Amino acid sequence: MFLRGNKDMKPAFSVIFLTTLLGAGQGLFLALFTHQSYALFGLLPMQSDAFYGYGSVLVLLLLGGGLVASFFHLGRPERAWRSATQWRTSWLSREVIVLPAFMGVVFLYGVAHLIGFRPEVVTLPSGLLIDLSVVLGVLGTLVSFALFVCTGMIYACLRFLREWHTPLTVINYILLGGSSGFILAAFYSASSAPSQTDFFAGWAIIITLLAFVGRSASLVRNAHLKPKSTIQTAIGVKHPRIVQRSQGAMGGSFNTREFFHGKSEAFLRAIKPAFILLVFVIPIALLAFGMFTSALLGVAFILQYTGLLAERWFFFAQANHPQNLYYQTIG
Amino acid sequence: MTQLALVIDLNVCVGCHACVTSCKEWNTSGSAGPLCDENPYGSDPTGTFFNRVQTFEVGQYPNTETVHFPKSCLHCEDPPCVPVCPTGASYKRKQDGIVLVDYDKCIGCKYCSWACPYGAREIDEKQHVMKKCTLCVDRIYDLNLPEIDRKPSCVKACPTSARLFGDIHDPESSVSQAIREEGGYALMPEWGTHPANHYLPRRKTKLKIHEDELERADNPLKVDGLLPKPGKGEPSMEDVSAW
Repeated sequence: MFLRGNKDMKPAFSVIFLTTLLGAGQGLFLALFTHQSYALFGLLPMQSDAFYGYGSVLVLLLLGGGLVASFFHLGRPERAWRSATQWRTSWLSREVIVLPAFMGVVFLYGVAHLIGFRPEVVTLPSGLLIDLSVVLGVLGTLVSFALFVCTGMIYACLRFLREWHTPLTVINYILLGGSSGFILAAFYSASSAPSQTDFFAGWAIIITLLAFVGRSASLVRNAHLKPKSTIQTAIGVKHPRIVQRSQGAMGGSFNTREFFHGKSEAFLRAIKPAFILLVFVIPIALLAFGMFTSALLGVAFILQYTGLLAERWFFFAQANHPQNLYYQTIG
Repeated sequence: MTQLALVIDLNVCVGCHACVTSCKEWNTSGSAGPLCDENPYGSDPTGTFFNRVQTFEVGQYPNTETVHFPKSCLHCEDPPCVPVCPTGASYKRKQDGIVLVDYDKCIGCKYCSWACPYGAREIDEKQHVMKKCTLCVDRIYDLNLPEIDRKPSCVKACPTSARLFGDIHDPESSVSQAIREEGGYALMPEWGTHPANHYLPRRKTKLKIHEDELERADNPLKVDGLLPKPGKGEPSMEDVSAW
């Protein structure tokens, strides 16, 4: 019995929800603070504290959802606190530290707006007044990007998972999260600050287009990857024709369950155009045509989020783990 | 610096799985608790093993060769699984280079298994922690055992002595000599993991006999036979020799 044709990582739904929910939350925060920054320089009318405050609540809900999802990935969730200890070497550990830090900053940013506690911190020489919420917003922006880098690097740092081992992985996490968050921000502002919807929808279109370029680049790159490891290097025998005859276990093992998604080639072929349509084409069309209808913006966010789940599934499934060379035939 | 390792001789391995069963027996009986088995007697048995013997067929019929390939953690000198661990449960011991998992610290996130190109780590589906070969660390230092038994369980079990155990940093050790003199190699060298475990290749034992060894060049019978017969008028042996 051969396992060929489905020779790639099995995506874990906990991680798919974790990365997509975090991305949307981070993107939404960036969108809110981008607006506040524009308003600070007088380019847009400053919105009420409630707009930024309740927006931050929405960000926290998304981040909290992601955090809860992440626990489903752990075999021993009660020991999760230990995962903050190896930040010197492990990107996963860094993410574990940066995520709560980001949630903390967003919480303070939201509270500062909601209770109106915005003491002046500094007045710039130009006369621009920087209050506490701006400082927290800048800090949150930095931490948000740090979180994107941590999340992306968890995958990009694994050098022999070559589909992931590229700066495009980090760039796409930033762009896809940004796209998701800005579309959500457009929907949010359509219901709470309709005059600002165009600003968010416009940026959402730009970021979604950039994300399309970035994701396409990684798809093209991955389509042309040649595996570095072969069955010859795996067992160290120099011969063009080597076939596995048994893998040492008839009933499967962790190695066959974790690194094979078990879906057909046809399924893989179908999911790629599906997520391209749902993540990029449909949201851009809905944003372009539906700038003034909040319902359409909500549909755009939900459809794109569904597409992002498919995109993330594909991201995991496309990674071809070298260990699979040892698990080609059951027996 | 010591780096303990296994050297596995593919020329000798007969694929009997004795190392697999003896590894499982030893490591399911230790203080770390059992290595899980699910449906061991059912239709779909599965479980956690530190060691597997796989079989590969090299070549095309009729010129084929069967290679039995025991596979376990290679205790890499630069292990990619260790730095990615978020809890520090995965570590490489300084004193002997063994890569271990602290089962009390592991959170079962499986990230280390993604980071191992060899698929050497298997999660214990019941204890929900990652497990892997320990080189029988609870055996090789056990002073209660006679010295000859202070070896990994798989090494002791191998009926053909295909498994050698020792310090590959000691140039005089049997494993270092085997690697040096028998063409020992590492798996997937392209990733720079520097596996401590090495494999010895299949070696065909061939008797090399040159043609001149089969037919002696100085065979007097043959020399006589090949000499052109002297002509009738030529001087004969009696004419030139004085005996």
